[in-house]
Amino acid sequence: MFVNSGKELINICKEKKITIWQYTLQSESKDSGLNEKDVFERMRNSFKVMEASAEEALHKEVKSYSGLIGGNAFKLNKYVQNKKTLTGEFMVKAMARALSCSEVNAAMGRIVAAPTAGSCGIVPATIISAGEKLNLSEDDMVKGLLTATGIGMIIAKNATVSGAEGGCQAECGSAAAMASAAVVEMMGGCVSQALDAAAIVIKNILGLVCDPVAGLVEIPCAKRNASGTVSALTTADMVLSGVHSYIPFDDVVSAMYEVGKSLPCSLRETALGGVAATPTGAALQKQVFGE
Amino acid sequence: MKNYSIFDIMGPIMVGPSSSHTAGAARLAKTARIISGGNIEKVKFLLHGSFAKTYKGHGTDKALVAGILLLDPWDERLKNSFELAKEEGISFEFIETDLGNVHPNTVKFMIIKKDGSTSEITGSSIGGGNILIFDINGTSVEFTGNNPTIITKHKDVPGVIWQITKVLFEKNINIANMKVYQKKKGIEATMVIETDAPLSNEVIQAIKSISLIDDVKIINPMTEGE
Repeated sequence: MFVNSGKELINICKEKKITIWQYTLQSESKDSGLNEKDVFERMRNSFKVMEASAEEALHKEVKSYSGLIGGNAFKLNKYVQNKKTLTGEFMVKAMARALSCSEVNAAMGRIVAAPTAGSCGIVPATIISAGEKLNLSEDDMVKGLLTATGIGMIIAKNATVSGAEGGCQAECGSAAAMASAAVVEMMGGCVSQALDAAAIVIKNILGLVCDPVAGLVEIPCAKRNASGTVSALTTADMVLSGVHSYIPFDDVVSAMYEVGKSLPCSLRETALGGVAATPTGAALQKQVFGE
Repeated sequence: MKNYSIFDIMGPIMVGPSSSHTAGAARLAKTARIISGGNIEKVKFLLHGSFAKTYKGHGTDKALVAGILLLDPWDERLKNSFELAKEEGISFEFIETDLGNVHPNTVKFMIIKKDGSTSEITGSSIGGGNILIFDINGTSVEFTGNNPTIITKHKDVPGVIWQITKVLFEKNINIANMKVYQKKKGIEATMVIETDAPLSNEVIQAIKSISLIDDVKIINPMTEGE
């Protein structure tokens, strides 16, 4: 059975002298009865689906099934080519990849829920962009995916990754925390640094509500995937410079859960509050579903 | 504390936009199609709650039709399911309704077959692409399709359960859960058996050949990406 807390994860990895991705792989193999190679290959299969969804909307305008959103990944990818960006090609491309996944999802294309469909852009965009910049192999990126999953396991056990239960902080917040920890480990950071990155990311998004316009995973969800990706990448740098999280991962996860439970129902995926309940949000809902 | 597989957290692989309203809907419909036995002329989808209110924006309608065509939740042809159904000569209709005190994402399938017979199956999409089937032709049942599942319609007489479990024992298949539902005393009963190992054609044939069994349906889990 997978460990129940970040603290336990640090201890078991220290004891066995392994990383988070190795522990995650070993634990799944033990629990499922599949050998480690088969688990790894199944994760590679997910990675390939992620790669395709992070790429598709960069090269053509992908419109959502409802007609509400689309074409933004394409815009960003064009913009990056003029080389005059403020945050640089790396960051803009990462945002474009996150939007691509979200747009493909909204267009009834194929994605991997990571951990949810609404937050499906953050983990792929972060891991693929970091992998490209660091010149890592596909295997290394699949390992990153395993690291991210290990963090997600602990969040799901102690809190929730569902927007309906814990708001966007639980969906996009968890995805960004998972992605940031993955990058830390991909860059050679230790287990506690990976957990620090996850903790800092969640602290910075704590309280974010889930307020999808018309109840669809489009507005404001797609852009929150871009923003979660930026947070995951920048936080990895912060941690690798030696910055620690004063509040440890386990405390942050339970704080996130408490905050999520105290959010009113209107701010938990019901489309009754936040931007969904604005005059424009209501008008867009009418546009999709009629009166 | 709940236990998860890592593929519950990083997954499922699915066609968007929603695990509950799209992927779960496709799984429900595929399961209903298998239970009905196929050879379908028309399907009426009775949509309840959130399914009724938001099915258009989430592509729930396309996902349901795709499932009836046996497409998996990760099959990219899902969004073209209406055209594919037309090619197969299956017609369909969506009806917004109130199915009572059930999960907000519930659908009742009224399946009309080419031979004139009908099947009615009701189930809910309970989150993360997971489903629960809870009514088959008026018999209350309960299964998720996460395990290989056997659904029988058999004579309500002593010895039927023994004959089925004997087949499973001989093939070394462990039973995870099982439940028997008496529909009409001494006449008809239904049994749902969930096993740990996949069910081969050989097992299916062996169960079908038991004389007291009128009908057997087998639902093997949908394995991602295959």
